[in-house]
Amino acid sequence: MPTVTHTNEVTISFLSRSANEGFARTAVACFAAQLDPTLDEIGDVKTAVSEAVTNAIVHGYPNELGKITLRVRLLPDRTLEITVRDWGVGIPDVDKARTPLYTTGNEERSGMGFTIMESFMDHLKVRSKEGKGTTLVMRKRFSPRAGAAM
Amino acid sequence: MPVTCNSKERTLQANLIGEVDHHGAKEIMRELEQQIDRILPRELILNCSGVTFMDSSGIAVLLRTRQRMESCGGTLRVLDVPAQASKVLRAANLQKIISFE
Repeated sequence: MPTVTHTNEVTISFLSRSANEGFARTAVACFAAQLDPTLDEIGDVKTAVSEAVTNAIVHGYPNELGKITLRVRLLPDRTLEITVRDWGVGIPDVDKARTPLYTTGNEERSGMGFTIMESFMDHLKVRSKEGKGTTLVMRKRFSPRAGAAM
Repeated sequence: MPVTCNSKERTLQANLIGEVDHHGAKEIMRELEQQIDRILPRELILNCSGVTFMDSSGIAVLLRTRQRMESCGGTLRVLDVPAQASKVLRAANLQKIISFE
């Protein structure tokens, strides 16, 4: 059995309904509470999760409902890793999708989702294959806190 | 209701309440646009003190609302933006085109 290097992990699976955007970011915020984060840090993580899950809902499954999984891991050094995966249509050109203001979405999208994820998190990686789906991994290291569990 | 509005002498006061995300953005946009089209205000004052969360959908809401106001010759003022929402708007450099406090 491989050695487990992370200290805690949770995986949630849900349907690509927009009502789950609020649920997903709140669930991550609750899990991250064990790091005793600042309000700012929690705000950053909630925003990034909201963008990632909305992308999966809007762009992963534009014409159908599908499954989305959200995995959150606590890595050493007070680092939170969030993985959002869908099995939808995929992104043909990831670099283009990450360009600020680029969007293929509707009027309520601004094309700033990736920009916000990039600026609010420390690390962002996107893997996508057309017809197979998209996996987005992002990490953020939380500031040291006196009296925090880790 | 995520938006409550009242108007006086062609000034439209709107309060944005709760979470502004993709799930709720359409309804907010629709309500604001209906009010703008009905009142044709010279100024729209959008109070955001009741916003508990905002993501990039909020950027789209403000940009579209501003566009709507400009098309009827009015201006948009955005007030009392909480810290989290302000950070999102600033990440898009929105302070350069919309005055928010």
